[in-house]
Amino acid sequence: MNRQQVTATINGEHKEFLCEPRQSLLEVLRDELFLTGTKEGCNDGNCGSCNVILDGTLVNSCCIFGVEANGGHITTIEGLSKGNELHPLQQTFLEGTGMQCGFCTPGFLIAASALLDENSEPTEEEIRHWLVGNLCRCTGYDKIVKAVQDAALILRERAL
Amino acid sequence: MNDYVIPEKLRVVGTTPIRPDGHDKVTGRAKFGDDFHLPGMLHGKVLRSPHAHARIKSIDTSHAETFPGVHAVVTAADFPKISSNVIDAGEAGQIDMQDVADNCIAREKVFYDGHAVAAVAADNAHIAEEAANLIQVDYELLDPVMDVRSAMADNATVLHDNFLPGAFLAPTEKALPNASKLELAMGDVSAGFDEADIIIEREFTTETVHQGYIETHIVTAQWGANGMVTVWTTTQGQFAIRDQLALVLELPMSAITVIPLEIGGGFGGKDSIYIDPLAVVLSKQSGRPVKMVMSRAETLRATGPSSGTYIKARLGVKIDGTLVAAEFHGAYEAGAYSGGPVAPGVSTALTRYNIPNVKIEGYDVLVNKPKVKPYRAPGATPSNFAVETMIDELCRELKLDPVEFRLHNALKTGDRLVLGFPCPEIGGVEILKAVQNHAHYQSDIGGPHRGRGLAYGFWFGAGLPSSADLMVNSDGTVQLCSGSPDMSGTRITLAMQAAEALGIEPNDIFPSVGDTASVGYSFQTVASRTTFATGIAVYQAAQDILAQMAERAALIWQIATDNILIDGGRFVNKTNVQQCFTFKELAGKLVGTGGPIAARALASPEGVGFQITAHLVDLAVDTETGKVDILRYTAFQDAGKAVHPDFVEGQIQGGTVQGIGWALNEEYFYDGAGHLKNTSLLDYRMPTILDVPNIEAVILERPNPGHPYGVRGVGEVPIVPPAAAIANALYDAVGIRMNTLPMTPAKILDKLNSITD
Amino acid sequence: MRNFDYKLPTSLNELTDMLSHGGHTARLLAGGTDLVVAMRGGRMTPEVVIDTKHVEELNELSFNDHTMILGASVTCRKVCRNPQIVKHFPALIDCATLIGGTQIQNRATLGGNLCNAAPSADTIPALIVLKAQANICGPHGSRQVPVETFCTGPGQTILEGNEILVSFSIPLPREHEGAFFIRFIPRNDMDIAIANAAASIVIASSGETIIEGRVAIGAVAPTPLYVSDVEPVLSGRPIADDVIAQAADIARQSARPITDMRGTVDQRKHLTHVLVRRALNGAVNRARGND
Repeated sequence: MNRQQVTATINGEHKEFLCEPRQSLLEVLRDELFLTGTKEGCNDGNCGSCNVILDGTLVNSCCIFGVEANGGHITTIEGLSKGNELHPLQQTFLEGTGMQCGFCTPGFLIAASALLDENSEPTEEEIRHWLVGNLCRCTGYDKIVKAVQDAALILRERAL
Repeated sequence: MNDYVIPEKLRVVGTTPIRPDGHDKVTGRAKFGDDFHLPGMLHGKVLRSPHAHARIKSIDTSHAETFPGVHAVVTAADFPKISSNVIDAGEAGQIDMQDVADNCIAREKVFYDGHAVAAVAADNAHIAEEAANLIQVDYELLDPVMDVRSAMADNATVLHDNFLPGAFLAPTEKALPNASKLELAMGDVSAGFDEADIIIEREFTTETVHQGYIETHIVTAQWGANGMVTVWTTTQGQFAIRDQLALVLELPMSAITVIPLEIGGGFGGKDSIYIDPLAVVLSKQSGRPVKMVMSRAETLRATGPSSGTYIKARLGVKIDGTLVAAEFHGAYEAGAYSGGPVAPGVSTALTRYNIPNVKIEGYDVLVNKPKVKPYRAPGATPSNFAVETMIDELCRELKLDPVEFRLHNALKTGDRLVLGFPCPEIGGVEILKAVQNHAHYQSDIGGPHRGRGLAYGFWFGAGLPSSADLMVNSDGTVQLCSGSPDMSGTRITLAMQAAEALGIEPNDIFPSVGDTASVGYSFQTVASRTTFATGIAVYQAAQDILAQMAERAALIWQIATDNILIDGGRFVNKTNVQQCFTFKELAGKLVGTGGPIAARALASPEGVGFQITAHLVDLAVDTETGKVDILRYTAFQDAGKAVHPDFVEGQIQGGTVQGIGWALNEEYFYDGAGHLKNTSLLDYRMPTILDVPNIEAVILERPNPGHPYGVRGVGEVPIVPPAAAIANALYDAVGIRMNTLPMTPAKILDKLNSITD
Repeated sequence: MRNFDYKLPTSLNELTDMLSHGGHTARLLAGGTDLVVAMRGGRMTPEVVIDTKHVEELNELSFNDHTMILGASVTCRKVCRNPQIVKHFPALIDCATLIGGTQIQNRATLGGNLCNAAPSADTIPALIVLKAQANICGPHGSRQVPVETFCTGPGQTILEGNEILVSFSIPLPREHEGAFFIRFIPRNDMDIAIANAAASIVIASSGETIIEGRVAIGAVAPTPLYVSDVEPVLSGRPIADDVIAQAADIARQSARPITDMRGTVDQRKHLTHVLVRRALNGAVNRARGND
C-alpha cells in the first residue's frame, strides 16, 4: 500500500497524516482525522453534504483526493465556531429551524459561510444560486434561505 | 377511544423553543450512522445483481476470500433458511419474514437490478469493494417484468410461485399470478352513475420515485463473544430492526440490542432491514465489528422506492355539482415482494368528499424493482393526482368555482367513510374557506402562459404503540426517553408536551431516544405519529409522575392524597393553601421520602386526527421547451394544534417540495432489460433550492379530541396534493391535461404539440 | 476504487515526462470533478494520476492585443471572476456559471471539460463559436487545432499518445461582436444539458446587418458540433426573425441526437431549434451592446 504523507492546516491546526492516493479528502477527514461533521451524501459532487473550504474556496471534498490537499488550508464544520461561540449562521440555523434531520446542515453552513465571506449582503436570488449545489430533502429550503439572510444581517451589524 | 378535554390556554405547546439536539447538528458533533467508529472495525461491501430477474446457478467466492485484507465473505448459504414467519409490522401490515430475508440477500433468484447476492468484510471499504467484484455469480436470465400492466397481463412472467398477499393497512387476496387485490364499496355504484348528469372516465400512470433521504443506509454490527449482538444504525425504528433481525437470523429478540443513531432523513424508507443482517453475520464470521455504508447508487438501486402506478377512475356528478358516484381502480407496484401501499393509496383516493356510491379496487403488483417502502402518505399522491385533476375537469365542465365545488362535496365530521366508520372531527370546510379568503386566491395571476391550480388532499395517519419514560431528578429536571427516533425535531415536541403536563419549562427536560435494551417497545417513527402517539405516551407518563409526586407531598404534609391540588407545576395542600411545593422543591424531597420517581407509559392511541389540506399554486410554462416554473405556492393545513409551529411549517414546506419533485422531474428510469439508469442525484432529479419558491404555510387548528392538546399528525399530507395542483395549474396556463407523472418538459411539450397539430 | 500512483509535476517538461512513463494507464487530473467520479464508478482505472494544477503553463491566463491565452487548468471560478473575460467573453461566463454548483465551478476547468469530451459539455460550444484554438503539447512538439476538431466521439479526442492540452488561444472579439450560450435542462440547475447551443455574431456598425455568424450545438451528436452550414446563411443578411429561424432550421437538421434517459430524438431536435434561435438573439443583443 503506497500511503503518502500529507501535511495540511485543518481548522487552524497543523496536521500530518498518511493516506492512500485513492482516499478522497472526505474519507481522509472522516476516517483518518475523525472529523465526522463533514458528510457523505452522494459521493459524486451532486449534494454538497461534504462541503469544506479549501484554500479559500468552497469545494466538494468527495471529488478531491486527500493527497491534493497537501499544503492546503482547510475549514470544516468543526472549525466554523470559535470555541463555544457559534458562528452567526449556526445560530440562525438553530433558532430559525433551518434544518430538520440535520444531515445536510454542515454542508449548507460551510457553503453559506463561503458566500457570506465574499458577499455580506446577498439577495435571496444570490443565496439560492450559491447554494444550488447543496441538496436538502427535509426543509423545502425556505428556512435555510431565511437563516442565511438573518446571519448576514447579524454579521453586518457586528461589522458596524 | 379517549375524548380529551383540551385546555383552552396552553403554556408551552404552541411556542418555539430551540431543539436540544440542534447544537450538535450545527457544529458537526451529532453522530449519524457513519459517524460511529469502533476499534478494530472492518468495512463491508455488498455484491449486487446486475440483472433484474435471474436464477442464481452458482456463486464462487474463492477469489474474494483469498484477496489480501479480506476477513469474511457471506452469501445466502450463511443465513438460516427460516420457516415461514409472518409478523405484524405496524404501518407495513403483515409481512412474510422469508421475503424480508430474501430481500436482504438473494437465495435462489434475484428479483431486481441491485439485489444483494453476497457481502465481504475487509480492512477498508476499498478492499471490500475490490474483493466483492471478484465474486463470480453464474446467472440464468429470466424475463424482467417492469410495470404493473405487463405484470398483470396474461402470460406474464411469474416472479414468485407462492407469495403471501400484501397487507399494508388492509389485507389483499391473491387474484393473479403476480398480483393480489382488495375491494372496498359503499352504496350502489351503478344506481349512482344512473343519477349522474356528467360522467368522466380517465386513465393515469405514475413512475417509481425514491424517498431521497440525503444520508444513505448505514449500519455497524458487533457479534459479542457471548453471542449477544449489538447494532448501531440509522433507522426510523430500532425495535423494528431488532425484531426483523431476530427473525431473519433466528436469534432471541433479547439477544439483540439496536442502538439508534441520529438519522439523516427517512420519509418512510428507513423502517426495515437491508444490510443489517449482512453486517451481523460478517461480524460473527470475522470476529470483528463490521460497518456497512450503502453508496448513493446502492440506495437508489436497492432500497426504498415508492410505487409506480396505473390508475383508471370514473366520476359521476349532477349538474349542480353534487358528486354521486365514483369508481376507482388502482394498480400499485409492490416491487419484488408483495405489500406495497395500494390500500392506503386507493382508500384515500376519494376520502375528503362525501360520495354516497363508491366502488374501489386496488392491486398490489409484483414487478422486478426493489421492494417498495412507505414514502410520506404512502400511495396517496398518485391517487390524489388522478382524482383531483378529474375534479378540476368537472369544475370547468360545470363552470363551477373549484373551491365552491369542493365545499359543496366536502367530507364532514360524522360522514361515513368507505372504510366503514364515521369520519372523526375534521376541518376540511375551514381549510377550503381559508383558501377563499387568502390573498393568493384573490390575486391576479398576470402574464401569458401562467396558470393557477388547486388541489385538496387527505391522509389518515396512525396511532400504533409508543413508549415513553420519565424520571425526575433531585434538582427538578426530568429525563425523557422515548422509543421514537427523531427525524425532524420530535425530541423537543415531546419535551414540550411533558413540560406542559408537568408544569415545568422545556429546558428542564432532557429528551432522548432510547435503545431497545433501555426503553419500552415502540413502533417506528412513521405515519405522522410521533408527536401525536408518543406525545400521548409522554402525557400519560407525566400524569403518573404527577400522581406519584402528589403522594409524596401528601406524605410530607401527612394528609390524604385527595387533598393535594396540582396546578401548573405546583402541589398545594387544599386543607392549608399556605402549604405549597413547586415541582423543583418537591423533586428535591423525593429521595428522603421513598426514593426517586420514574414512570413509563406504553400507549397505542386510537383517536387519530385525520390530516386535511389544500394547495394552491401559480406557475408559468415556457411553451417552446415545456419547462415549468413555480411562481407562488400556498399550502393550507389543519394541524389540530401545532405543538412547535416552526416545525409544523417545516413539515408542510418539506413535504410540499417533495411533492413538487414527484410532480415535475423525479422518476426511476429503467432500460428495456430492467437496469436502473439514473443511479445518482445528478439524474434522479430532486428539487434544488433554485427550483422552488418559498412555500407559504397557512396553519389552521381544529383540535383533535383524541389527543390531550388537540394534536394531529402533520408530516405526511403535504406530499399528497402538489402533483394535482400543478397539473391543474398547467391546464389553466396552457390548456393541457396531464395524465402521467412526472410531468417532465418532454411530456408537456408533446401535449402542447398535440393540441396545436 | 483501485489504487494508483499520484504524481504532482511542477513544470510542463516534468508533466510530459511523467505522462510518457505512465503510458496508457496515466490520466491527467485537473479539477477532478469528472475523473474522480469516473474512477470511483470503475469507468476509469488509471495506474498513474498526474495532477496538472501546479504546472504554470496550464494555469496561464493572459491577454495580448489580439488574443486571450486561457490555461487548460484554469477553473471556472477564475474565468467567472476575471473582469476582462467578463467584458470580452460573456458567452464563456454563460457556460462557466452553469457547470454544477458553486463547489464544482471552484474546481472544474475548461480544459477538463474539453478533454472529458462529453457530447453535452457546456463550455465546448461557446469555445467553438469564439474560434478558440486548442494548444497541444506532445513528445513530438506542439500543435494548434480549432476546438471544433478536438472531440472525435463520446470521451474521445484527437490527443495522441502522451499529448496534452496546454491552453486555449481565443481571439479577442471584434467591434460589434457578440456571443451567447444557452442550454436546456429540466431543473433550474445541476443537470446535464438535454441540448445546448452557442452563437457568435458580428454585425455591421449600422446594427442591422450580419457580417459573420457562427453556431455550435451540444448533446445532439456524438460530439459538440460546429454547424458550419449556418455561416453562409447569416453572412451579409439582415438581422431578422426569418434569417435567424433559417439558421436554427439548419442547426436542427445538423443535429443527430439519440434517445436516452435525459431526452428523446424529437425533443432534442426541437430544442436545438429553440436554443439556436435564442442564442443568436442573445448574441445579437450583445453585439448591439444591449447586454
